[in-house]
Amino acid sequence: MAYPTAVRTHFTAMSASASPLWRVLSTGRRVPAVPARHGPLVVAPFATAVESPTAQDVNPAQILRNVRPKLLIDGDFVDAASGKTFPVLDPRTEDVIAQVAEADAADVDRAVGAARRAFDSGPWRKMSGRQRGRVLSRLADLLEERAEEFARIETLDNGKPLALSRGFDIPFVVSHFRYFAGWADKISGKTLQTNSNTFAYTLHEAVGVAAAIIPWNLPLLMMALKAAPALACGCTVVLKVAEQTPMSALLFGELALEAGVPPGVFNILPGYGPTAGAALVAHPGVDKVSFTGSTEVGREIMRGAADGVKHVSLELGGKSAAIVCPGVDLESVVEEAHDALFMNQGQACAAGSRTFVHESLYDEFVERAVERAQRATVGDPFGDVQLGPLVDSAQLEKVLGYMREGAAQAGAGYLCLVAEYSYLIYRLNGSLIGVATQGAVVRCGGSRIGSKGYYVEPTVFSDVRDEMSIAKEEIFGPVQSIMKWSSVEEVLDRANASPYGLGAGVWTKDLDLANRISRGLRVGTVWVNCYNQFDDAAPFGGYKMSGFGRDMSEYALQNFTEVKAVVTPLQDPAWI
Amino acid sequence: MISIIRILYSESSRNVLPKLLIDGDFVDAASGKTFPVLDPRTEDVIAQVAEADAADVDRAVGAARRAFDSGPWRKMSGRQRGRVLSRLADLLEERAEEFARIETLDNGKPLAMSREGDIPFVVSHFRYFAGRADKISGKTLQTNGNTFAYTLHEAVGVVGQIIPWNFPLTMLAVKVAPALACGCTVVLKVAEQTPLSALLFGELALEAGVPPGVFNILPGYGPTAGAALVTHPGVGKVSFTGSTEVGREIMRGAANGVKHVSLELGGKSVAIVCPGVDLESVVDDTHMALFYNHGQNCCAGSRTFVHESLYDEFVERTVERLGPLVDSAQFEKVLGYMREGEAQGAVIGCGGSRIGSKGYYVEPTVFSDVRDEMSIAKEEIFGPVQSIMKWSSVEEVLDRANANPYGLAAGVWTKDLDLANRLSRGLRAGTVWINCYNAFDHAVPFGGYKMSGFGRDLGEYALSNYMEVKAVVTPLKDPAWI
Repeated sequence: MAYPTAVRTHFTAMSASASPLWRVLSTGRRVPAVPARHGPLVVAPFATAVESPTAQDVNPAQILRNVRPKLLIDGDFVDAASGKTFPVLDPRTEDVIAQVAEADAADVDRAVGAARRAFDSGPWRKMSGRQRGRVLSRLADLLEERAEEFARIETLDNGKPLALSRGFDIPFVVSHFRYFAGWADKISGKTLQTNSNTFAYTLHEAVGVAAAIIPWNLPLLMMALKAAPALACGCTVVLKVAEQTPMSALLFGELALEAGVPPGVFNILPGYGPTAGAALVAHPGVDKVSFTGSTEVGREIMRGAADGVKHVSLELGGKSAAIVCPGVDLESVVEEAHDALFMNQGQACAAGSRTFVHESLYDEFVERAVERAQRATVGDPFGDVQLGPLVDSAQLEKVLGYMREGAAQAGAGYLCLVAEYSYLIYRLNGSLIGVATQGAVVRCGGSRIGSKGYYVEPTVFSDVRDEMSIAKEEIFGPVQSIMKWSSVEEVLDRANASPYGLGAGVWTKDLDLANRISRGLRVGTVWVNCYNQFDDAAPFGGYKMSGFGRDMSEYALQNFTEVKAVVTPLQDPAWI
Repeated sequence: MISIIRILYSESSRNVLPKLLIDGDFVDAASGKTFPVLDPRTEDVIAQVAEADAADVDRAVGAARRAFDSGPWRKMSGRQRGRVLSRLADLLEERAEEFARIETLDNGKPLAMSREGDIPFVVSHFRYFAGRADKISGKTLQTNGNTFAYTLHEAVGVVGQIIPWNFPLTMLAVKVAPALACGCTVVLKVAEQTPLSALLFGELALEAGVPPGVFNILPGYGPTAGAALVTHPGVGKVSFTGSTEVGREIMRGAANGVKHVSLELGGKSVAIVCPGVDLESVVDDTHMALFYNHGQNCCAGSRTFVHESLYDEFVERTVERLGPLVDSAQFEKVLGYMREGEAQGAVIGCGGSRIGSKGYYVEPTVFSDVRDEMSIAKEEIFGPVQSIMKWSSVEEVLDRANANPYGLAAGVWTKDLDLANRLSRGLRAGTVWINCYNAFDHAVPFGGYKMSGFGRDLGEYALSNYMEVKAVVTPLKDPAWI
């Protein structure tokens, strides 16, 4: 299941639609395409959407009717040992939609104990790979039968457009479990050639109890990326789900039991990182920690796992480059570069957040990208929209902070924030034009939408310099920064100058250039003439500060297996 | 008393430049400091070697970074890199005797072992990875749409490697050969006890055609040079062999830079003797499993589990087998464990004390009636101390073997195929030797479960320590098939 085929169609189909919100956004005044190099420049106001999007008529209680808001430990849904719960909010309305049991160290201890027993003496490790594969395959079937229910839960919990949950997240999870169901009986060691009268072979064994800690941006999909290969390898799993988005995983846990995953093999702990997450990483019963999230937390996890010398794999942040070369079809590339960033409200670790456009196309590209972003519909994710709300208030604040910072770097103090979440106004007098033309320019967006729900405007900065924070740091929101390049060597150097190295996109029809840039980029995934083209069989993970280890594909099996070498002398062998 | 064969260090190590190798040059430390290297036989100073610290690490990593980012190494084909490694093996082979003598002088291991074990292994190991250099390939993948996806296995970049003193040149080979085969550049910190053979090897590397900056060597101490190397932002990968305690520090130190790490750490490996075996040969095998290299071996078979039906005879023969041997070790630590074992109620079959007053010589020691909870049965001694325990059921011995937090290696002696299979699957250890021990081969991966680390040295598996995987995906227009 690949994202663009399913979802871009949807986006395109909607592009001409005229939802109320679209009309509101489209009234935003356009900036001049090229900032004048001389003479006074007045930019803004851009954003005129000040009312909260109209809420769709959906009933959260009905959507969540089958979710048990507890911990899944040893095959049972239980309360936290402390009895504590935490509220889960609807990002559309900020209303509390569930109170979920809050795991802490005591629950981690119970869950790891269950997983340890299930691994050491339960039936899971004594089932053949083929039998485990059957279980995972049944699990995929059960999920597929209830795909619509899961899609609605995911959208309610995370805020992503229902079309995305339906067209990407849930089908991807179904397909991912089927893919790894097929791996379960193909995990094999090798027989080796040695230089003497010995017979040597390797066994690829389950690493043991695997702890998985996943983020809120693709809740069920991240669960699948970790749990499917771990279970296929014969590990037992303790999954800490993000406190923002625990709901879909909990319902999935029920399906796992129904499919025949034995008790204790798959445990789920909703809770917070500093309590449940830290306890899980440090627990001596855990053999392996797999984490997807921020680089900052990734470092903490690696430190926390050091005492127990645990296997660690980390899929962390990114500041991925989308490189547009000369000679491409601008219309489709603008669209793809837009999706590369704005997919999932920009809340994607591989988001193409540095759009490098060749100087020959730059001005036209910026104009079209702005036009495209202004056309993007933002609103209730259960409606016909392209962007929903951000996941929570912390994310909203972070993203708005970057928008302000980017804007401030444009005008070096000549930014005036008239009212929070409404207008950004830039007044630049003649003496400062030099600074302004070197600074970033907010081309559209830059504000929160309304005061209820975590909605922000799709935002485009042009004339971004590499040293600006919006060009260096992971924003994880709908903020596109467009930079200009002139030589291939230069753009490669600039793309690689980031400490991150997760993904990259390259648009070119030139085969030599495609090969040169794909080899030259120090990143884990290069998409050529596409972006976010995920496939179960293609590995995903980062270079440099974006982590190590690969999720998805055959490579992911290495995250959950130990290699054992067995050597024995050969007596009177027919051959050596 | 020991009679020491007089070998002048100036003879054995006359060609060693006692400096840092940075960017193709042998240089002094930035601080100008040096440290003494001792002859373990006599405690005499045999060399003053330049002592690397953070400033030198910075220079070396800078050289390795430039060599990786813009030097000729990455633009050489795998086949060309393989030729260089192959030449390096040839050059070493030509001077094998010189290297063997340096290794014995520096480390104290018997010359026969350096000649027949360490140096030929290193030669052969570089040849093995020379042959791997042009076979590092990605895969083309089947996807579920009109896309073409493939992977490239790329060199991870600048690799920081830290190796121990027990097998100085062998450890160098285990780390450096696969890293260079993959196209990485290397900064190697050698142990302060045993820097000499690596420095001479560095000269051969330049002679063989390894470009300047690709292979840098820093003699120095862990808390200064080692720590600076682990945390240096120019290093993309850290590979370490040594104690679990230091391994943890290294993992913590590498966390800030989110570096790839592989750790080959300590062990408390078991040697399980089952009923029905030829006692004479097994006593010999289990003896060597522990006493090889004076027990200074991360995978030493230091918990000898003998079936109750053989126990008494096995202990008796093991003690006889020792005879009046002489071994050296880290004697303070080892002597401490010997005293502790005795205090905790284990029976000393033989040995148990220091020999003479000069040189680090300790009597090979055998304890019987050892219980699992004694420190000699739990902790890594890294010396010539064999602990013999009794077992009665297979389930019990598996549980007891696996109860230890380490999981590096294990030996099993049995003629029963079912039992061999059951034990080899049941043991949570990275290597299981059946009816043999310490049977290393370049093609066979080596590394630990649990607190013995992660990642595998040797074999094809070692390549994944030094590679990144890059996926490249592109849409297919009008494909003939998908």
